[in-house]
Amino acid sequence: MALKIVKGSIDRMFDKNLQDLVRGIRNHKEDEAKYISTCIDEIKQELKQDNIAVKANAVCKLTYLQMLGYDVSWAAFNIVEVMSSSKFTYKRIGYLAASQCFHENTDVIMLTTNQIRKDLSSPNQYDTGVALTGLSCFVTPDLARDLANDIMTLMSHTKPYIRKKAVLIMYKVFLKYPESLRPAFPRLKEKLEDPDPGVQSAAVNVICELARRNPKNYLSLAPLFFKLMTSSTNNWVLIKIIKLFGALTPLEPRLGKKLIEPLTNLIHSTSAMSLLYECVNTVIAGQYSCSVGSVCLRISVVKYLGLLAMSKILKTHPKSVQSHKDLILQCLDDKDESIRLRALDLLYGMVSKKNLMEIVKKLMIHVDKAEGTTYRDELLTKIIDICSQSNYQYITNFEWYISILVELTRLEGTRHGHLIASQMLDVAIRVKAIRAFAVAQMATLLDNAHLLTGNMQRNGICEVLYAAAWICGEFSEHLENPVQTLEAMLRPKVATLPGHIQAVYVQNAAKLFATILKNQEGNTDSTAAQETSQLMIDRLPLFVQSANLEVQERASCILQLVKYIQKLQQKDVEVAEEVSALFAGELNPVAPKAQKKVPVPEGLDLDAWINEPPSESESEDEQPKAIFTKEEPKHSRPRHTEVDEKELARRREARKQEQANNPFYIKASPSSQKVYQETPGVEHIPVVQIDLSVPLKVPGLPMSDQYVKLEEERRQKERAEKKKKEKKKRKEKRSGRGKKHDSGPESEEDITPAHVVDIVTEEMPENALPSDDDDKDPNDPHKALDIDLDKPLADSEKLPVRSHRAAGAPKSPAEDGEAENATPQEPKKKSSKEKRDKKKDKERDRKVRLRCWKHSPPSGRKSDSRSAQSEGRTKSSKHKKKKQKKEKEEKEKKKKKKHHHHHHHSDGGGEESVQNGTVEEEEPLPVSVCDIQGNLQDGSQVVVSVIFENKSDSFLKSMEFNVLDSLNSKLQRPEGSGPHDGLTVPFQLPPGVSNEARFVFTVQSIVMPQKLKGTLTFIVKDSSTHEKLDFKLHFTCTSYLITTPCYSDAFAKLLESGDLKSSSVRLEGVNMPFHHLLARICFHHHFSVVERIDSCASMYSRSIQGHHVCLLVKTSGQTVSIDAKCDEPTLLGNVLDEIKQTFSQC
Amino acid sequence: MVCTDNIDFTIPLQPAADRRMIKFVLMVNRQGQTRLSRYYHSVELSRRAALEADVVRYCLSRKKDQCSFVEYKDFKVVYRQYAALYIVVGITDSENELSIYELVHNFVEVLDKYFSRVSELDIMFNLDRVHIILDEMIQNGHIVETNKSRILAPLTAIDKMVES
Repeated sequence: MALKIVKGSIDRMFDKNLQDLVRGIRNHKEDEAKYISTCIDEIKQELKQDNIAVKANAVCKLTYLQMLGYDVSWAAFNIVEVMSSSKFTYKRIGYLAASQCFHENTDVIMLTTNQIRKDLSSPNQYDTGVALTGLSCFVTPDLARDLANDIMTLMSHTKPYIRKKAVLIMYKVFLKYPESLRPAFPRLKEKLEDPDPGVQSAAVNVICELARRNPKNYLSLAPLFFKLMTSSTNNWVLIKIIKLFGALTPLEPRLGKKLIEPLTNLIHSTSAMSLLYECVNTVIAGQYSCSVGSVCLRISVVKYLGLLAMSKILKTHPKSVQSHKDLILQCLDDKDESIRLRALDLLYGMVSKKNLMEIVKKLMIHVDKAEGTTYRDELLTKIIDICSQSNYQYITNFEWYISILVELTRLEGTRHGHLIASQMLDVAIRVKAIRAFAVAQMATLLDNAHLLTGNMQRNGICEVLYAAAWICGEFSEHLENPVQTLEAMLRPKVATLPGHIQAVYVQNAAKLFATILKNQEGNTDSTAAQETSQLMIDRLPLFVQSANLEVQERASCILQLVKYIQKLQQKDVEVAEEVSALFAGELNPVAPKAQKKVPVPEGLDLDAWINEPPSESESEDEQPKAIFTKEEPKHSRPRHTEVDEKELARRREARKQEQANNPFYIKASPSSQKVYQETPGVEHIPVVQIDLSVPLKVPGLPMSDQYVKLEEERRQKERAEKKKKEKKKRKEKRSGRGKKHDSGPESEEDITPAHVVDIVTEEMPENALPSDDDDKDPNDPHKALDIDLDKPLADSEKLPVRSHRAAGAPKSPAEDGEAENATPQEPKKKSSKEKRDKKKDKERDRKVRLRCWKHSPPSGRKSDSRSAQSEGRTKSSKHKKKKQKKEKEEKEKKKKKKHHHHHHHSDGGGEESVQNGTVEEEEPLPVSVCDIQGNLQDGSQVVVSVIFENKSDSFLKSMEFNVLDSLNSKLQRPEGSGPHDGLTVPFQLPPGVSNEARFVFTVQSIVMPQKLKGTLTFIVKDSSTHEKLDFKLHFTCTSYLITTPCYSDAFAKLLESGDLKSSSVRLEGVNMPFHHLLARICFHHHFSVVERIDSCASMYSRSIQGHHVCLLVKTSGQTVSIDAKCDEPTLLGNVLDEIKQTFSQC
Repeated sequence: MVCTDNIDFTIPLQPAADRRMIKFVLMVNRQGQTRLSRYYHSVELSRRAALEADVVRYCLSRKKDQCSFVEYKDFKVVYRQYAALYIVVGITDSENELSIYELVHNFVEVLDKYFSRVSELDIMFNLDRVHIILDEMIQNGHIVETNKSRILAPLTAIDKMVES
């Protein structure tokens, strides 16, 4: 042996330790991988040795290699070996490695359960500590379930070092094994008031974490947290608490008011930025009305966070943020891009009609300065976002906006040409008043197209020309000099533009052409018109040759048309009317959701023929045409096809309804306008066209800055006017909306637009459904996550009994005492320490219990049993030791006194007749019978009625009823009381008087009977000392059954269903008539008779959690056989045992 | 008499990213070599290296006068530079960045106290001890202890054990 050790230590001398490994890796910079692979080989050799020191060293090195990214999962078993070393120095290495390498799927974790349990109960606090730390990293649901109880015991460890770790790891356990939360919570709550700040902080952490998700369940803890908040000095703890309050305040508005004071104090006193930030965040979220602005200034020292906070304030107090506009604009100059982007986000939210121009102006400056296209593009999109948000709400002057857009086109290398283009189109189409101006601007753009064509890439700035050409074409009536624009559009350089833009050019050239013809035909000089035609004919062939199909097609089409027109012109035929008819009608924007909003009108069958199906003999080409009009009613312009009147009349009726509901059908003729007005529920706002009072002529490219100035002047003027009008206004009632400078009730914020702007509302179909539910996408993945987490746990979710522990527990009444140790609830209360003493205790324990069971404790031995009891208790909750020792002494004195004047209440069988739950007591003191009644409404609630009978000669008062909760059953206590607090019995007892009190218990699992230890403390008035009485509450399974009537057919169905497990029991020597027997079962065990035939009866009952229990009772002579079926075998077994018990007693 | 302490113990079943916690702690040097790593949520080994490299590159690329908090993918990163060593902490979105920032400094102060003027080499050669310190301070992603002497108590106990 000695030799081996020596050999081992010699071996070690040659082994590399961690330091050598690190040094080695540093020295082999060139061939690191090779060096490490040799090291791993060495480690593998070392792991094969028996010497634990060598192994530990190897594992230590592996941990380092793991960090470097090498897979060391092959050594998992060796890690477990090192973990189980008895020497702490090795053990910690093992645990460290485990915590780094193990994860939920590591299979060797199964092997560690017992080792960890051993370490958790080690007398050395560091063993326990290291086990807890390790566990926190690799806890699995299995480990959590098996060790939950051990960890819970550690929460009450004497050493705060262990307590705090145990408390913190409980959170992980809860997550992995949620069933443990309910049982562990009282103790966790208790830890909030732990004398040690570390434990306290750990408990705060865990509860905050739990409460954050389900705040309303933890509202009752608010007072406790409030106390902590005002008393704690630990900033980290304070942050957590404040976070928690942030979650609680929305649920309890009163809390908000209460919090203002301490929060403000903290804000003003703390030097910790983090705490300050947290306070501010909470203040903002809670919408407290304290001086948010001032706080922001302080916080903005840390710009990024300040900006984040500001964006939160913005949602609730936009005004207080707007006053910091300059500060935020300054942030745009910051070097850090993320700060700049945050600031941009903020700007988006803080614009108003007042400051929009100013902000955008500043942004434009930044656009000019910005280097790097990404940021510049970001700026560009932000400018557009800011301006276009909520339907151009903040834009008072669209001329200004158009000029901004035009200015933006001067950006080089941007990828957002498309965006600008769509904005231009949108504004020009929807804002009628601006069209003239927009067209002028676009014409200039087209004129200067060569400036923009440098950037030919997709989505490049040349996209703008697309919009420009379209606007000029569509609204060509506003053009100053259409010929010039037409020329610009037909320049040879255009051919270099992308195809889709060229196509628009060609098409709109034709529109322009039509307008020009119309203008010129009025003149006497017809040569001008012919010149224009010639221009078209000259230039269009360029496009006919285009490689782009669309361009080619349109060009050749239009070319032929123009040629034809030219011919007519030469014959002096007036063509303008007919040419412009080609492009007549107006395009209105259609709301994006229009199609969806169309309700299917009653009686509309889209599959049915509207007209008579054409007979076979009719020409084939009619049919597709009919289908075409039906399916693609996009023909927005009135068709000029000559249809014979009769045909029209025949079709009109059928078509009318269809058109009325057709979102794409745009009404151009006045007749359809009538239809509009007739139909109710149409939201068609007539567009009032207002000419600009002062037509602005901006030569060349416009400068948006001019508008800022103009706008300022205008506003000033307006203000002056307003003052004058003030008096008038009061008298005058609101006049029509359409009037310019309509002086409605305006706030300071409300600034009248420069010219009344009608934003054409997006067209909606008639009868459009007003609902907006189409915003919700049924395919949205988040919808599936919308689960109510607060629902009470369903039966299936409830804490399963840990049957692997209870397995094989003897159930016979004689061994009841022992069996109880094995019940699933009991062990949880016992610390692992106690387990060692279990053997010793058990013997004594059993004596006590057996005696209790019989309800006839010989008075002479009472003190003996009592001490055994309290001993056991002391162990289970060590921290109460001192207190209880004192009490014990007191009690001993008392007892002698009491013996004399107390009677046994339970002498004889009278009490035993109430079987469904009994109070067992060692002392013949006032407590007496109890009746346990399940609560049907709540499958986990049981009401226990306890009758207190004072059999002494003294007056009893201040009674407190308390039960030591088990994991499974808990006494319900009022809000705010600790898990070990007793409940005050709401009455006093004069001598000889009895009274009843009810207590509610929460029970998780009802399949097992259980006993709860409890104490009743009271004050005997004369002596005015505290007295104590121990008792046990016996929850039998029977008490969870509720008499439920059942019809025989339902009963038969139930039996046939096959879901029920069966079991049977035989009772010998029952000496009573059958109907007595049945009555007894009915009375004591809450059954109801379903059917009875001679000496055979079927019975039924239901548990509070909905288990069905069916009995078939047969009797022959003195033997009674009971065949039973139930969907919960454990419950059934226990019920049968209890029935057996009932009859064995008679 | 019927008490209504109806605490509903529904456990939030949310993805790890949604919880308020520290996701990982890294110590990296200027060259991007990992000197210490600790994960508080499970990350596959293969993904760790990539994640570390990515986060570190991100942090290293930032200038000194830039903010120490960075949004990275679905979480936030708080980092602090000490000479050539970066301490990088990944946190979930709802964690208080500043408190982590302060925690990092606290951690370094503890290291400084234990190693008396800590250097990168100290951390490399005493990785296990650094881990002990870290474990004393952070447990399953939550701050558990910030008092220096109490953090170091177990370590001193171990040192005594080793000596004897």
